[in-house]
Amino acid sequence: MAELTINGEKHTIDDDATIPLLWYLRDILGMTGTKFGCGVAQCGACTVHLDGVAVRSCVTPAVAADGRAVTTIEGLSEEGDHPVQMAWKEHQVPQCGYCQSGQMMQAAALLSTNSNPSDEDIDNTMQGNICRCGTYPRIRAAIKSAARSSR
Amino acid sequence: MSKIENISRRDVLRAGVGGGVFVLATSLTGCGDPKTEIAGPAALRSTSLEPLNLFVSISEEGTVQILCHRAEMGQHARTGMARVIADELDADWDRIVVVQSEGDAKYGDQNTDGSTTIRADFMRLRRIGASARSMLERAAAETWGVPASECKAVLHEVLHEASGRRLGYGELAAAASVFDPPAYEGDDIEAASAGSYRLKLPGEWRYIGKATPTVDLDDITVGKAIYGQDVSLPDMKIAVIARAPVLYGKVVSFDASAAREVDGVRHVLEMPIGDRQGGFNPLGGIAIVADNTWAAIQGRNALTIEWEDGDNSDYDSAQYKAMLEASVRTPQRPVRSKGDVETAFASAANTVTADYYVPHIAHAQMEPPAALARFEDGKVEVWTSTQNPQQARLDLADILDIDYADVRVNNALLGGAFGRKSKPDFVYEAALLSRELSMPIKVVWTREDDIHHDYLHSVSAQRVEGALDEDGNLTAWRHRVTFPSIGSTFNPAAEDGSDGELGLGFVDNPFAVPNMRLENGKAKGKIRIGWLRSVNNIQHAFAVQSFASELAAAAGRDPKDYLLELIGPDRIVDLSQEGLQVEYGNYSQSYEDYPIDTERLKNVINLAADGIGWRSDLAAGRGMGIAGHRSFLSYVATAVEVRVSDNGDLEIPNVWVACDCGIAVNPESVRAQMEGASVFALSNILSSAITVSNGRVDQSNFHDYQMLRMNDAPKQVNVTLVESKAPPGGAGEPGTPPFAPALTNAIFAATGKRIRELPIGDQLRA
Repeated sequence: MAELTINGEKHTIDDDATIPLLWYLRDILGMTGTKFGCGVAQCGACTVHLDGVAVRSCVTPAVAADGRAVTTIEGLSEEGDHPVQMAWKEHQVPQCGYCQSGQMMQAAALLSTNSNPSDEDIDNTMQGNICRCGTYPRIRAAIKSAARSSR
Repeated sequence: MSKIENISRRDVLRAGVGGGVFVLATSLTGCGDPKTEIAGPAALRSTSLEPLNLFVSISEEGTVQILCHRAEMGQHARTGMARVIADELDADWDRIVVVQSEGDAKYGDQNTDGSTTIRADFMRLRRIGASARSMLERAAAETWGVPASECKAVLHEVLHEASGRRLGYGELAAAASVFDPPAYEGDDIEAASAGSYRLKLPGEWRYIGKATPTVDLDDITVGKAIYGQDVSLPDMKIAVIARAPVLYGKVVSFDASAAREVDGVRHVLEMPIGDRQGGFNPLGGIAIVADNTWAAIQGRNALTIEWEDGDNSDYDSAQYKAMLEASVRTPQRPVRSKGDVETAFASAANTVTADYYVPHIAHAQMEPPAALARFEDGKVEVWTSTQNPQQARLDLADILDIDYADVRVNNALLGGAFGRKSKPDFVYEAALLSRELSMPIKVVWTREDDIHHDYLHSVSAQRVEGALDEDGNLTAWRHRVTFPSIGSTFNPAAEDGSDGELGLGFVDNPFAVPNMRLENGKAKGKIRIGWLRSVNNIQHAFAVQSFASELAAAAGRDPKDYLLELIGPDRIVDLSQEGLQVEYGNYSQSYEDYPIDTERLKNVINLAADGIGWRSDLAAGRGMGIAGHRSFLSYVATAVEVRVSDNGDLEIPNVWVACDCGIAVNPESVRAQMEGASVFALSNILSSAITVSNGRVDQSNFHDYQMLRMNDAPKQVNVTLVESKAPPGGAGEPGTPPFAPALTNAIFAATGKRIRELPIGDQLRA
């Protein structure tokens, strides 16, 4: 059996399971904050953290998280007050909101290794996350706000 | 508790509303007499909410619940409509919860489409709020035994000034709920009628016109917001469907033996669609039903299907493009004829001709379509994300041959839509499968399904010709457009553009030119065509506003000044004098209330130019472009600054949008729509195109249907919002049309290269 720690809770899954982490989260555990957008790591809507690193859960087998810590949007903070979440609210980033779980998880991972990202850093890190509503300018502004408040 | 209950009850539960009581509700549909009926979402019937009318209920603790009958897809309808009602109700915004309604004709039109939510319902929502306010005032008056005229509702309380007495809305709700809602006569914004109830004067507005965060913001930031893809029932199965690669192709045979071997696959069956075809009908194919989505997708991958392609296998978008382009080179059906274009061209000092082409575009909303259905005992209940839950309910009754009363359509949040989710074909797939298999079924579309089987934005070719006099003034304008009509999706014989489509930025051309001839060619639909954010305005504004800039260049004039001159003097355009040969719909609003006002159009052009610091004398490689367009009864101008490097790299250092949408209920949401529409438009024109070979869509996912990403997006989109007392226009769509021509006009200013065919692709590299 593979043992996953998801937002601090332990779950087990058969070693030979092929199910990607995305569908394990959504369909098996009922954790729907992580979204399905493309299934082929092209849009970033399914982004979660694996040991603190942003990964596309749609192409990450659930068993690959054996012995590792998975964090989803539901576990990003206890009270919904991670600096990224606060900045997303301050800048009123979301329109439809569907991509924003992935955007926030990607942004949180960026800030965990770069406390003062430049526009180029933001471009490089965030370009894997598509927003069809077009909230990119607000995402950029929110990341800079979150960086300021985290420092 | 299941997730489904969470969709409708979540907000109420969070607000601490509980208990049980009776329900009396009132319909305020349309402008007629209010009718009393039992109503309200089933999930709320056991709570302590006292309905004052169909949309407003109040708990004894004073929580005000407002029903949203329109779909929420990112345009912030739930917030905007609740703000209008809360304002007239004089409720405390912090004590409002918004609940999503099911699809039902009693709510009036629910089709969330055409940027309608505020513009179509503004007066009605005000009446709903004001009517409930008057009931609370009357309840207080009867409690105190004083005249109602001495009682005034102020911020969640009714006050009796003379005695200093006050009662909260929660304390008054039960007494108020037994009254018949008062009558109201007239829609005049300034009206204040005695004896019934009055609407606030605009100066009394508490929330309308003031920015606010949206009601779903907190849930979205913690991953609790529920979309159609997220709904579930404990005993449901997931279905993924293999649909014919060519529109209306049929299954000849299939081998499901390998698919059935996939762990978790439970059923494989041909979609039971009968002879239905076209319109919103489902496409048919082979359904894989499994324990989870992954198993269903794996099962589908293991299917072997032999298809009969049918009549649409000859659709080749490259050949079709050549046909459209040939069509606009020869005279076609006139749809607007004013003056004498032929004579004007014959005597012109100079003539200009340009051809434009806009490809098919896919909606590609981030949430692929999904629907959960439970068919049981001859009744069906569905949970989905649709722009038109009422249409879905009507069609489900028809397709399943059951009563309208036996269909319930619940609506979750929409993870984007842009027109795709007003076509509920995916909802019917789920209902048909649930009936066939006698179990709850959630149909999940993958991204490949979404790209392959969209209702595409119509492809189009246009030719515009202008005649100029010796001073460079425009004397005649001839414009032809040929495109497959949305009507062809519903009637294969429809080959003309409909009056509605031609009314989207074509026959309503506002230019003051003495001679104008507009023509529309025929095209046969070979793939499903649908409406996409701003619809035909996309290609019409692209051609009209590009050509205005081309004429300016031919005349040696500043493009912004020339555009303003083309629009001409301040006036209400008198369409009766403009030679229209089709019915102009004016977005379903009266022309008297919402005329084409050239002063407002020119104003936004000037504001966008001022904002960006308009210059037409920038150094080579830099340039500004501008475009202004009225659509959905709002006026939007976009100015774009670009830098184009020697090797064709495009940068967009500045975008400035000016918007006059009349009264803006939530200015922050209007700004967000202008920003988003600009990015949406840029995404469409940089590299997005759907092409078709042998009837098959060539693209399949975001690797080959490319969307704008952070690194190519403008770092900032500036918005000037005009403060206006005009009745509200649309906000969701009108930001899209002017962006493309503003950008390509800027590229021309920077490089001298004119982009007439979209997407831009590699044209700047050539």
